[in-house]
Amino acid sequence: MLEILGLLAQGFVVVFEPQNLLLIVVGCTLGLFIGAMPGLGSVNGVAILLPLTFLVPPTGAVIFLAAIYYGAMYGGAISSIMLGIPGASTAVATTFDGRPLAKQGMADKALIGAAVASFVGGTISVVLFTFFAPPLAHVALVFGAPEEFALMMLAFATFVGLGGDDIFKTLFSIAIGLVLSAIGFDIISGEPRLVLWGITGFLHGVNFLVLAIGIYGIGEMLWTVEEHALGGGKSMLSDATVSVERTMTALKDLLRTWKSSVMGSLLGYFVGILPAAGATPGSLMAYGIAKQISNEPEKFGNGAIEGVVAPEAANNAASTGSMLPMLTLGIPGSPTTAILLGGMVIWGLEPGPLLFVDHSEFVWGLIASLYAANLVTVLINIAFIPVFIKVLKTPFTILAPIIFTLCLIGGYAPTQDMHDVWLMIVFGIVGYLMRKLDYPLAPAVLAIVLGPLAEPALRQSLIISEGSFMIFFERLYAGPIMVTALILLFLPVFKRVYDRIRKPRAPAEQ
Amino acid sequence: MLKSQHTLWKAIWALGISTMLAGIPVVGHAAWEPSKPVEFVVMAGKGGGADKAVRLMQSIIASEKMAPVPFTPVNKPGGSGAEALVHMKGKMGSNHTIMFTLNSFYTTPLRQPGLGVDIATFTPVARMAEDTFLLWVHSDRKDINNIAEFAKAAKAKGNKWIMAGTGKNSEDNLLTDFLNKAYDLNMKYVPYKGGGKVAKELAGKNADSTVNNPSEQLGFYEAGTTKALAAFTDDRLPLFPGAPTFKELGEDYVYYMQRTVVGAPGMSKEAADYYTGLFTKVFNSDKWQEYRTKKSLQGDLLTGDALMSYWKRERDVTWSC
Repeated sequence: MLEILGLLAQGFVVVFEPQNLLLIVVGCTLGLFIGAMPGLGSVNGVAILLPLTFLVPPTGAVIFLAAIYYGAMYGGAISSIMLGIPGASTAVATTFDGRPLAKQGMADKALIGAAVASFVGGTISVVLFTFFAPPLAHVALVFGAPEEFALMMLAFATFVGLGGDDIFKTLFSIAIGLVLSAIGFDIISGEPRLVLWGITGFLHGVNFLVLAIGIYGIGEMLWTVEEHALGGGKSMLSDATVSVERTMTALKDLLRTWKSSVMGSLLGYFVGILPAAGATPGSLMAYGIAKQISNEPEKFGNGAIEGVVAPEAANNAASTGSMLPMLTLGIPGSPTTAILLGGMVIWGLEPGPLLFVDHSEFVWGLIASLYAANLVTVLINIAFIPVFIKVLKTPFTILAPIIFTLCLIGGYAPTQDMHDVWLMIVFGIVGYLMRKLDYPLAPAVLAIVLGPLAEPALRQSLIISEGSFMIFFERLYAGPIMVTALILLFLPVFKRVYDRIRKPRAPAEQ
Repeated sequence: MLKSQHTLWKAIWALGISTMLAGIPVVGHAAWEPSKPVEFVVMAGKGGGADKAVRLMQSIIASEKMAPVPFTPVNKPGGSGAEALVHMKGKMGSNHTIMFTLNSFYTTPLRQPGLGVDIATFTPVARMAEDTFLLWVHSDRKDINNIAEFAKAAKAKGNKWIMAGTGKNSEDNLLTDFLNKAYDLNMKYVPYKGGGKVAKELAGKNADSTVNNPSEQLGFYEAGTTKALAAFTDDRLPLFPGAPTFKELGEDYVYYMQRTVVGAPGMSKEAADYYTGLFTKVFNSDKWQEYRTKKSLQGDLLTGDALMSYWKRERDVTWSC
């Protein structure tokens, strides 16, 4: 324990070198804006700026990239809340409630909530990282395919309760997402499948951001246009204002959401640690659980602040968490850490079990920089909130084409294929219609994120067990997770049966 | 005096002409250079051996200022390289798309003729190395120290012995088939997404053995978590002197994997020459040579027609298997 504190103190000495401190401030600010641009996430930010890092020593370089990573996690929430377009895949869950809050004139509250929750998530996770890295690395190591699948089942289970009360519409939405996620190449057999109408664009599968920006960005636009045209709607997207007084009230309200942010932090961190999972599933799961444990689940989707706090805490916690398998196992936990990993190879550092021993200055400098980056980003973010609010005051007729353009860029950027842009527009229209028919959309997004993770895990497990599903129940970690998932999955069914039995009695008691 | 004036004039002329040429890209005589960021497709997932090598080459090009534009890696791991091959086929005639390939470059089109990919149409750039394969088990298996003990243990477990590898029909799958046949085993092959993941499955004891490249398993080897039993090479590897080759063990079997840069089909000759020159420079750089030593990479630089005939030879060998 004392030894760890000593190493951490050494790390802080590294961080407080003027050059490194400057790198943190610049990195966080850059990351914030990169994250706020739809379609550009931390992955792009880190990839674009990687070559810049050859100018400084490795420790400074990783501090800079980690600061961008962190800043982008904060920034992703900004466009999710203000424009309803997920700024990055990690911020999709933030759209679910952030956007409704902004529409109700509470954009400032949502933005502050996101910033504070990100800070809480980042801080809790970096403390966990500091003290429990080796045992947690061991957990990540023994987590095999059956455990991964059990975890994915848990994620699905938390979401069945998500789509309002209509379980069948939720399941329908999940099924659509799963089918879309199956398009492209099959990882196990290597064969192409579901290449619809033989269009080659489907060979690379349906990118999750294409669906998310389509449904939320374009679908939301259509929705607003309709309100605007038919209902003589407001001339701007949100009539939010910002003042010290409002900020104080918002902060006070946030105190009551501590349960959601702590839950989101722990969950996000743990999911982030698991190789290949990363921040996006973590934040979606946190949203699902926040709804499950809430006293007012019906408020979710209509502007519940917990619905912003939980995923934002989770995605920041997960971004710290995904550093762990990268540093200790040499396996990236998220796309962004994959690029960081490439950076480390370039700087001549070999990630793996020996990194903590051979390059402790580098590792502890990085950990200490995460503490600093957290603090810097939350301050920068809150300082910029009045500017963001100003943007929202732009008349809708001017903002609409800008948002639409941003959506198109966001759809094009990840694959640079026009096919995806057309697909996104189709998703936008379908999403709009589904919303009109009261189908929940979030489960479809969840399914397209988790499908590609769950499917190989399921098939690998079944290859190992020769088709027996008992493999999910017999193992130390998989068993309890799977049982929890099944209980959660059938909870709504039990509830319904229970209500059926109770209801006829209720009048009789009166 | 006269001479120096002459040189001055020459310099002015050269400057003037090069400025003109820069303004008019279609003029043929100037050496071709990429005019926009080059897409560097990786035929494998993030964090694997190919991915790490590409990011290293990208950084060598950027830090030594070898090219006027950035090289941006794009991972296309789907279908044992099928996704990347189809993507490259679609980039027919592009001078700004190159790819880093493995052996699936010639094995995947053979297995999936439906893709309509003919590798003879691709543009050879440079073979940067040949990667090696070893047979690995967890260090906790104190009962397994050589191939005979391995065969005994694997035989006892029958098809409950799990060999983790990267994708069905991949190089790993081929080597597993060889081991099963040569030692009369019935190991079960489970495909994962990338060599990094495979290494982790062995270290976490979710698999019993792997046939990873040194670059993928090195971290766990150095930490003492996994150990190498035998090498699929001609000679023992300097990094793993304790691992005999299968040749020594009486099996006439060697297997290498190319680590090669390929250009899009139909790339112009000027562009192909440019990339060949560029990657020859990368190959000769200190950083790449150091990486080759550290990751136990073999194989000389191959370019142009020699590379093309190497592909065709390897393809025919695979075909006859």
